Amino acid sequence: MILALHPTLIVSAALFSLGLYTVLSRRNAVAVLMGVELILNSANLQFAAFSRFTTGKLDGQVFALFVIVLAAAEAAVALAIILAIHHNARSIQVDDADRLRDDV
Amino acid sequence: MADTLYLAFLLLILASAAIVAFSQHIVRSAFALLLTFFGVAGAYVFLFADFLAGTQLLIYVGGILVLILFAVMLTNRISDIRLSSESRGKGRAAFVSLLAFSGIVVSELCIPWPHKPLPDQPTTAGLGEALLSDYLLPFEAISILLLVVMVGAAVIARRDWRRPDA
Repeated sequence: MILALHPTLIVSAALFSLGLYTVLSRRNAVAVLMGVELILNSANLQFAAFSRFTTGKLDGQVFALFVIVLAAAEAAVALAIILAIHHNARSIQVDDADRLRDDV
Repeated sequence: MADTLYLAFLLLILASAAIVAFSQHIVRSAFALLLTFFGVAGAYVFLFADFLAGTQLLIYVGGILVLILFAVMLTNRISDIRLSSESRGKGRAAFVSLLAFSGIVVSELCIPWPHKPLPDQPTTAGLGEALLSDYLLPFEAISILLLVVMVGAAVIARRDWRRPDA
């Protein structure tokens, strides 16, 4: 019986830890952004699974909708910040972007 | 039959997420992310979340993934063949991730969850009612947030940010 709560939870936890690994180990800022998207998708999968199997109501799906909208907003702002860093530092490696001051 | 298809979608999610996490090529990671989003959308269908599956395809695949590909193409030189995205601190990252995975799995499998399945019917009407009754305030707040994000992203991404003479 794969179509049940526990397999979905295990896969979602694995998706979360893969996203966490991506966020922690990547140096490229766009790749870090991809890891964040993996983490958000794993949370959405859990919301949908709990809505389907344990609560019997739609509130989990409403939460997942809000998470999707927030993920879109976050991706847009993150892309803008990455472009700004790229213009200033000529690099999008996250450990090159360690200055807060304007001057070099 | 449904079991087999659901298993296929879960395996697709895991395999493509592993490629996103471990591939040393940023474009390969981006296209593997596309497969992950498709797999999650397929899983939503089996979890009776039909509207969520459509939204996932529209916004994630149609919007966010295109944004990420734009970021890749704008920030790496196209002539640069490798487009690499190397990793560092793999050991520590793997340790923390495995710790998080085992913690989540153990705690979630120990809890006796109640069993109350969702009725097998379209969710769009119920979601619309929830958004315009119980969740009206977050719904309006998130529309303001979208406006702020739109303006903010345009301002931040301007090339001559704070340097009108440049």
